[in-house]
Amino acid sequence: MSLFDKFQPIVDIQAELQQLGVMPFGAVTEKLLSSTEAIVNGHQVILAGTNNYLGLTFEPECLEAAKQAIDELGTGTTGSRMANGTFAGHVALENELAAFFDRRHAIVFSTGYAATMGMGSTLAGPGDVIVLDADSHASIYDGVRLGGADIIRFRHNDPADLDKRLRRLGDRIENTLIIVEGIYSMMGDQAPLAEIAAVKRKYGGLLLVDEAHSLGMLGEHGRGVAEAAGVEDDVDFVVGTFSKSLGAIGGYCVSNHDQLNAIRFAIRSYIFTASPSPSVIASTRAALRLMQERPQLRDRLWANAHRLYNGLTALGLQVSPEVSPVVAVTIKDRNQAIDWWNRLLQHGAYVNLVMPPASPSDDSLLRCSVSAAHSPEQIDRIVEAFATVQGQK
Amino acid sequence: MPDYNEYLANIFAILKPFAKQGILLNEESELVTELGLTSLQVMELIEQLEDHFDMSIPLNILPDIRTVHDLALALEKLNP
Repeated sequence: MSLFDKFQPIVDIQAELQQLGVMPFGAVTEKLLSSTEAIVNGHQVILAGTNNYLGLTFEPECLEAAKQAIDELGTGTTGSRMANGTFAGHVALENELAAFFDRRHAIVFSTGYAATMGMGSTLAGPGDVIVLDADSHASIYDGVRLGGADIIRFRHNDPADLDKRLRRLGDRIENTLIIVEGIYSMMGDQAPLAEIAAVKRKYGGLLLVDEAHSLGMLGEHGRGVAEAAGVEDDVDFVVGTFSKSLGAIGGYCVSNHDQLNAIRFAIRSYIFTASPSPSVIASTRAALRLMQERPQLRDRLWANAHRLYNGLTALGLQVSPEVSPVVAVTIKDRNQAIDWWNRLLQHGAYVNLVMPPASPSDDSLLRCSVSAAHSPEQIDRIVEAFATVQGQK
Repeated sequence: MPDYNEYLANIFAILKPFAKQGILLNEESELVTELGLTSLQVMELIEQLEDHFDMSIPLNILPDIRTVHDLALALEKLNP
């Protein structure tokens, strides 16, 4: 036995893929032609798996803001938010996020992972209880494990199961944090947040919602599933990321609880890492403003989501349960999924290959995400690529 | 409250359809290495036990559970 033995299954899969000549994990984007097209692993493709929901990565205002920040503030902060790494831009972005979400407080983190992991690991510790949706993202699981609270899962998107678990807690509900996501990253399904909030009202506890895949997509102002469901008052903490609809990298948490400003200095993933670079903060602020100024981006995103969903459904593929900017095609057999992923790339469509345990079941997924920047013709070409690959069998 | 033997009987009942064919279940059966349960199947087993005994089983106990005996003992401790 050696320390390396446990990595053998990964080594085996890598060898298998190498033999097939396929590189789905860590595919190399050699050149970006626009926010929706690139050269990946030598193939010119439409990007249909980048989470670039609003297509803002090449928006001139965002580019200009980032360039100006580099000229004025340099390439990096070289320090923690708690030491030298809080620049005026970080504070301004926190204020703008708080205003956007209509909440009193906001924290900016260096990544979305640091935000969810940090909040999950810090809010509930030994003796406390976390009740989370079974299909929660890895960053949530990592955080709550680190925190040391008792971790109880409820069945995915099942408020009745959540009800049972909160009932069983009795007095421990006082020390309980409930964690769900707005839109789930793999299948694109939405949490039934009105029902979940009703269960929380019935028993108590605090509720944290990860809106990483729903920011800018749902609700009158684009604040996510909580706004769309009309239950923002029941949500104690909203966390999310800048790396999807805002086209940069970073994360946030917003809340009306005044304690957030104290909690900030207990979050290790906030303290013991360098703060986001000035250019990242600058482009994120520009993107946050554009997202609010251009609600038409959301309309285009949903039109594209419907077009892709309907196109893939018409091919008879097993498509995820509801229309969403994430459209996942289930392929039961892992090798078939690998083969399809590879041939889709050859036919001009880059999608994400997801295999267990990253997928929520034993099946593999070809996960697509659409962008407001896709043209209807590009969506049709993605569908055509699937049709071609399906026809070749 | 159920005792160790009742937990054991239920674990055996739930495990039957999960376990690899031809393997005889006993208290020392190892859930993953011997019975071949995947991580998803372990979670399914936990959910069925939770429903049956109307209890919640924290994930924190899982790293210490290797055998059917370990699981029955852990449930007894959780629900004394």
